[in-house]
Amino acid sequence: MSGTESISPHEHVEHHRHFGMSLSQDEAVLKVALVGNPNVGKSLFFNFLSGVYVDVSNYPGTTVEVTKGRFKSYEVFDTPGAYGISSFTDEEVVTRDIVLEADIILNIVDAVHLERDLFLTQQLIDMGKKVSVMLNFMDEVGKLGLQIDTQLLSASLGIPVFSTTATTRAGFEQIDAALEQARCGEQDSTLHHKLHTMLSMSGSEAEALLILEGDEAIAARHGVSPGHDRDSIYIERRNRVNLIINAVLSDRRGGARLSSALGRLAVNAWTGIPMLLAVLYLVYLFVGKLVAQDIVGFTETTLGNELWEPWIRDVVAEYVSPSFWLGTILVGEFGVLTMTVTYLLFLLLPLVIAFYVSLAILEDSGYLPRLAVLVDRGLNAIGLNGSAIIPLILGFGCVTMATITTRMLGSEREKTIAATILQFAIPCSAQLAVVAALLAGAGFRAILIYSFTILAVFVAVGTILHRTLPGVTTPLLIDLPPMRLPRFDNVARKTAYRTYYFMREATPWFFGGALGVGILHVTGLLAVWQDVLAPFTTAWLQLPKEAATSFVMGMVRRDFGAAGLYNLALTGDQIVVALVTITLFTPCIASLMIMLKERGLKIASLVWVGTWIVAFLVGGILSQMLI
Amino acid sequence: MKTAGISLHCARKGSWYIIVELPDGKSKAQLIRLGIHKGELVRCLERLPGGTIVVQKNRQEIALGMSLAKSILVARADSQRPQSDRYQK
Repeated sequence: MSGTESISPHEHVEHHRHFGMSLSQDEAVLKVALVGNPNVGKSLFFNFLSGVYVDVSNYPGTTVEVTKGRFKSYEVFDTPGAYGISSFTDEEVVTRDIVLEADIILNIVDAVHLERDLFLTQQLIDMGKKVSVMLNFMDEVGKLGLQIDTQLLSASLGIPVFSTTATTRAGFEQIDAALEQARCGEQDSTLHHKLHTMLSMSGSEAEALLILEGDEAIAARHGVSPGHDRDSIYIERRNRVNLIINAVLSDRRGGARLSSALGRLAVNAWTGIPMLLAVLYLVYLFVGKLVAQDIVGFTETTLGNELWEPWIRDVVAEYVSPSFWLGTILVGEFGVLTMTVTYLLFLLLPLVIAFYVSLAILEDSGYLPRLAVLVDRGLNAIGLNGSAIIPLILGFGCVTMATITTRMLGSEREKTIAATILQFAIPCSAQLAVVAALLAGAGFRAILIYSFTILAVFVAVGTILHRTLPGVTTPLLIDLPPMRLPRFDNVARKTAYRTYYFMREATPWFFGGALGVGILHVTGLLAVWQDVLAPFTTAWLQLPKEAATSFVMGMVRRDFGAAGLYNLALTGDQIVVALVTITLFTPCIASLMIMLKERGLKIASLVWVGTWIVAFLVGGILSQMLI
Repeated sequence: MKTAGISLHCARKGSWYIIVELPDGKSKAQLIRLGIHKGELVRCLERLPGGTIVVQKNRQEIALGMSLAKSILVARADSQRPQSDRYQK
């Protein structure tokens, strides 16, 4: 990603020091922060300003890392969506620090949800920041029968207001003006005086306000105790916003919105579950049937095994004999050029694309937050609230990425539970793809046993953590975005972007892993490993001893491990046992690294050892029952 | 018109309520940000079997988990529902 740079919350503090230095060297560069509530289109503005693609979804919490780009003479920062500036969650901390550092705030406001969004706008104004408001979704405002007096809004807030529709980039030509005209708005006068008396201590009005509002981190930074005025300031601000709304917003059709009937059906007690089942079935038809069977059947067998592999074998045979060790490594059983290429291009690639297309459609439609409502109570049973469904579902795309997303959860306890479940019981898209392809061959009973076992482990891990970890679950509190028809270009772009990054990440591990296994193979160490593990593989799991190879591969990447089972002759029951074991088995190296970074050495190593034990224990018990 | 507060957890689907009391602490701040605070009018849109509640406030739909809904006190206010509500059917 040239021209941009990602900063995780933990590295963020460090980053600020660089800021200070770069500013003194080059004072012309102004820092612009794009700030707004979740799901208001910040990323679309950022894409436009920086020319760099950032994930855009119709659900809160997509921007987990801060992205920085250049626009003309400005340095532009995208921020995670927040309803206000404070330190309640990691995301808010990131947003808070960027706002404190920024010279200009471009506040993106969802025009359809003015009463929600203007709270943040007013807070930014109260902080004494230079702000311009970009009113987004102006196209929907008209359709809903709303009218916004933007001039009066601008006058009431004391800052410029511009109308835009980010999806079509209408109004984007005003961004230059917005950046130039950004100014300090109308603060509450009593608040203003209070902040000024604090300036010598806090350094800036913004920090003074946060201290008054009881922000412990900022108070500690200045060595003072946090204030107790949060409730009164918030209520005062809320009343002020309500007054402004009453003046600028007229509603020809009345207070009704709102989202389509479909959105309501998704969270209804009677229709929600059938709708979820229908959605899952459609995803299965698309990914599990069309792609995993028909398309992969063609790409893997016809393109991979029958066209590519014989061809590359002939080419290599011109230079080295296939029976020579180098030949074995290149084009042998675990060949870097044969097996790896087939797995990557003809098995994984189509499946990963299919998963990301489904995920993008679900995200952009606004269905995921409603799913969070539907499963809220169920997830309470394992110590999570409904919003944890988002990292869990993302885990079916990529466990590594999903583990980062657990930052959006309300407490450390919930982050630990969700991250642990992800490492144990959620197969990532690549692995699930291979699993689906293998299971499809093993029949419906195999699918049921596999799903039930993984679900049981999921519930068991969650329940144990919920019972043993101290603390309570934070209750669900989310705003439901309107249901929207996904836009083809956004789905396509998002899929292409994610697939590209996924493949770029996966490819070296696959080649490296194949090379490693190939070397173990030619040196005879693979046979030694198979013999060492033989009591487990053959007696306990009742699989052929070659299955042990998959466990070596599985330590590198889970999907690679599952793919390793592809060429073994297994019965239906053996497939189930092998797949259950490899699914529960250790997470891939990349996700283990993220786990280390996010949750620390103790939890990460406990989880890693735990996955070995649980995988062999559950796989074995299943084997003893089935085979 | 104002009856003694009941818990939002017990709200009936389709009815209108006025917020009487919010729990203290972090959730209070978050509720105020979303526009739910004392004196505001909300409508109960859905009640899920587990106790998760979806309310409507003007053009927003907000979902609240059971434990949070339990800690919010409301009063029935069907008589105060917006005139325009009749367009909604």
